[in-house]
Parts: sequence; structure tokens; C-alpha cells
Amino acid sequence: MAGHTPSVLVIGYGNPGRLDDGLGPALAGALEAMALPGVTIEADYQLNVEHAALAAEHDVVVFADADVSCDPPFRFERIEPTVELSFSSHSLSPAAVLGTARSLLRAGTLGYVLGIRGYAFNEFGECLSPEAVCNLAEAVEFLAKRVQARDLAM
Amino acid sequence: MSSVNMNTTKDGMTRVVIEPVTRIEGHARVSILLDEEQQVQQARLHVVEFRGFERFIQGRPYWEAPVTVQRLCGICPVSHHLAAAKAMDRVVGVSKLTPTAEKVRRLMHYGQFFQSHAMHFFHLASPDLLFGFGADPAVRNVIGVAAKYPDLAVQAVLMRRYGQEIIRATSGKRIHGTSAVPGGVNRNLTIEDRDALLKDLDQMLAWSRGALGIARDYTLANFEFVKDFGAFRSNHLSIVREDGAMDLYDGNLRAIDADGDAIFDQVDCQSYVDYIAEEVRPWSYMKFPFIKPLGPEDGWYRVGPLPRVNTCAFIDTPDAEAARREFMEVTGGKPNNVTMAYHWARMVELVHAGERIAELLHDPDLQGTDLLIQGDRRPWGVGVVEAPRGTLFHHYRVNGNDQIVMANLIVSTTSNNEPMNRSVTKVAKDHLSGVEITEGLLNHIEVAIRAYDPCLSCATHAMGRMPMTVELVDYEGTVIDVKQT
Repeated sequence: MAGHTPSVLVIGYGNPGRLDDGLGPALAGALEAMALPGVTIEADYQLNVEHAALAAEHDVVVFADADVSCDPPFRFERIEPTVELSFSSHSLSPAAVLGTARSLLRAGTLGYVLGIRGYAFNEFGECLSPEAVCNLAEAVEFLAKRVQARDLAM
Repeated sequence: MSSVNMNTTKDGMTRVVIEPVTRIEGHARVSILLDEEQQVQQARLHVVEFRGFERFIQGRPYWEAPVTVQRLCGICPVSHHLAAAKAMDRVVGVSKLTPTAEKVRRLMHYGQFFQSHAMHFFHLASPDLLFGFGADPAVRNVIGVAAKYPDLAVQAVLMRRYGQEIIRATSGKRIHGTSAVPGGVNRNLTIEDRDALLKDLDQMLAWSRGALGIARDYTLANFEFVKDFGAFRSNHLSIVREDGAMDLYDGNLRAIDADGDAIFDQVDCQSYVDYIAEEVRPWSYMKFPFIKPLGPEDGWYRVGPLPRVNTCAFIDTPDAEAARREFMEVTGGKPNNVTMAYHWARMVELVHAGERIAELLHDPDLQGTDLLIQGDRRPWGVGVVEAPRGTLFHHYRVNGNDQIVMANLIVSTTSNNEPMNRSVTKVAKDHLSGVEITEGLLNHIEVAIRAYDPCLSCATHAMGRMPMTVELVDYEGTVIDVKQT
């Protein structure tokens, strides 16, 4: 759409009380501090159906989460909406959020996943591992540039 | 979708394992032991997640507890936030909050009830009710609901979002809400947030009444079937107000038996340890709470929407009270022991939560500025709230250095541990004995568990990782194989 600046939603999710599981909310916090114009930032423990309602109000949504197995520092990829049969409000996936936005709310929101490599998840603790901190810094820099430039396929 | 595995024990019996149980919060495993005649000998609900918050929080400063405990679980963080804050109110010597502080907390609490009950009913429970317990699993899910009843599916999303917006407006943010602090709150409700919430209020109230109608009509139309489905006589426990009214945020403990006779009444929550104890059983990570004077054999009890509607004398909001009266008429004013009636009771509470939200949004106290009080320090405190899934106990001891030295939590799903196991056993024996076991029949087991809306992720106590442990136990209770992932 000519002259239309796409609206972007970034949802960082995870449990900051579970060490590197807090990478998603940490990224959300870092981006929020940058106050990027036209970018909405959300942080939550996990994805749920209300995120579909929020996603439906934006052109693009980026789901940022800790990743236990990707190559460091992060992976960034486009996702397609899916239908999730074993639906539990506890564990909605990014693709299912998009699928809910599309099937229930008729939204054509584009979706991306930003998986930030984490290493420590199995204990309680409110800090990130040193390696995760480095990966987070690179992920924040990368996403901020892409979002500011609206360098996302739209 | 659940996987179903069948294997043979040393004694020639067949064990059927449903794993994971779907459309509940958290993860669980059910094992069913069949004998040579395919009769159900035993059925159990196993919890396979570990949590260790009671140990983790020791040594932390007491004022952190209301924020830290929210990390127990992303499903009902508000309940833990408020229960911990209420316990720490006692620790800082406060027995009664300022009107603004109490009302801000209540609004947050009812917002959580509203979103949680709507979510459970529409997205987790309604597929079974709308399509049938044995319907094709490809249809019997929320996507099927969305296809056939798109308005209901959208309502669920927007009701959930509305409740979450209330939580955000009252707690500061949806993750790590910080507003409830020992002795009060640190924020009030802004005019802007109030007006934004008022804008959608009438729609939310209308949808909640519609949901109540669906649950009521389903229960009444199918009563001959559901009255025995996973059902049994039980004790019921909740907090109630001093005049006996339903109160989801504050009150005293009341327990009644299956006939409605009082086991105890108006017990100060600070004395809960004199009335409630927890039993440990070797095959489950979840404890089994019971009413002390009755002992573990007879003292188990149910919590949650069904017991709350049973225990209260009345509800002090008009639509919910009318709904409660209609609900109680079905059993002649006696306690309703029908497990599937949890859904109807849950929708009575949804309407009540909506009515309470409406009252509070129109109350100017929510914009008050008298937020916090302090008193003389106490070494311990107990905080009890009714969480969406049932009574939630938080109990802490604090030393002279302001550190927590003891924590005990009894979460609602733990209280429902014995009842859920009884429902699983009843359904297994009634529906699975001597017949060819199909996916649809196995879903009957899950339907019974889902009625309680269990949240298993914070219902266990052990410290450490969250491994998946599969135990193969013969009919005498001997573990014959253990597998860990």
C-alpha cells in the first residue's frame, strides 16, 4: 500500500525466572527502551490467544523466544499460519497464533520467529548465561535494524 | 493429540497409557490397568512436571515474594501474586487494606477470573460439549468450534483479551505484575484505563450471559448422562465471606460434606494448618490434601467453581445469584456432586466476575491515592484466595533479616488431586471395561479431567529439572519398569 508504513509487533516470550528462558522478554525490554516508531512491544510468559487478537492489528509480528538448539547467535525465519489440533492455552505456538489470527479474525498478518540461542534452562534464576547475553545483544541489533528499515517481506 | 500406548504387565494385565492429556494446562499421564477380562482394575492420573518453588524462594526477601511467585506458572500468575501479597500483608502487620488497595486487587482478580473461565470454557471444554465426547478428533477441537461456531470462538479470544487488559491496567503489565505489595498496592486505576475498559463492558457482560446459557442448557439437556459421568459424593471447600456470600478474593474457610452439612465454618485462614494436611503417595509428585479432623481416607475434598457454588449461601450480584439459584434447584438445594456441573458453575462465576468488574469500574475508590499502610511486623503470614481453579494457600515464615525461611503452597489442582483420580477411575470403570477401547472412549477420561480445569505446572513441589518419567506399575503397586527422558 503506497505511503503505508507497516505496523510491527514484537512479542518476546518466556519465563525470566528460568535463566535463558528469559531471552524473549529480555529482547522485548531492550527494544522497548529504543522506542522505535511504529513498533509495538509485548512481553509475556507464553503465547496465548489474546496475542492473536493483537497480531491481527498489525501487519507484521515477530515472535522472539529462547532457542535450545539453533546455531548461535540466533535464527530468524518466516513462518506460516497453522492449525493446531492438540490445542492447549498453555502452549500455543507462533504459527498457531498466526493461524488463530487468520482463521478467527481474518487477519493477513505476516509472521517471523526470532529464536535466540540459550544454554541454561534447568534451574531457577533470574539472569542470563554469559553466552546468551552475547547472543541477545546481536539479536537486538539485528532486529532493530530490520524493523527500523521495515526490511521484512511485506 | 494424545498418543495411546498399550502394553502387557508381568501378571498378564494390560496397561493403557494416554499421554499427554490434551486441552488441560500443563502435562499429565493417565494409566489404566486392565485384567485378563479387559475389566478396569485401576486408573490413575500421574503428574509428570516438577516444580520447586517452596525451596527456591527460601532466602529471598519477603517483599519480593508477590512478584517472584508469579513465575510459578504463566497460567494463573495473578492468583499467586495476590495470595503471596496477602500473606505478606500479614507479615508487615496489616490485616485490612485501604479501600483503594483492596479494590484494585479485586479488580485484577476478577479480571483474571473472567479471562480464565472464558478461555477454559470456549477453547478447552466446549469442543467436547458441542461435538460430543466421542466425536471425530479432527473436529473435536477449537478449530472445529471456530468453523462451526465462529462467533463463540471470537468471543473467547476477545473475552480473554479483555480480562488480560484488566490485569495489565491494575498490575502494571501482564508479565511480572508488580502492583500488589505488602500492605497494599503501588498504583491505582487511571481514568484512561477505566474508560477504555468501560467501552467494551456491556459486550463482555452479554457474552458472559450467553456462555452461561450454553453451559446450563448443555447440562440440563444431557443430565441423565452427565449426572453419573465421573461423578461421586465428596466434601467441598472454599473461602466465603462472613455472611456466607461467595467471595473469590477474601474470606474464611468453609467445608461441607456431600449432603451440605458443615465440617467446619468461618475458619480464619491463618489457622489453615489446624484443618488441612497433605498426604504423600509414592506414585504421584502431587500431594493429596485432606481435612485433618476427617483423616486422609474420608477428608479429601474438591475445590473450584463447583464447590464454591455449593458452599456459598448466596452470591451478591443479581445475575449470578439468579443463576446460582437455578443451579441449586437441580439438586433440590443440596450440594451438586456432578463433576460435569463444574462447567455450569464456572459460567455462573464468569457472570459474577463480569458483574463485579462492572461495579468496580464505576467505583471512584479505584482512583484513590491512599494505597499503602504498614503495621507491626509479624514472623509469618498466610494468604488465601480463590484462584479460578480453586482455593490457593500461600504460607510463609520470615526471619529478622527479612528473609523467607519457610514457604508452603497448596495450589488448587493439588486439592483436586484425589477427586480427579476418582473421576478418572469412575469413567474408566463405567465406560472402558469390557469393550474395545477407542480414541473416543479414551477422550471420556480426558473430559472428566478437563472438567476440573487442572493446571499441573505449579501443582508439584520437587526441585530440579522437568524430566518425563514413565513408571510401569503392576496391579499390586510394584514398579516393574521406569523410563526417563
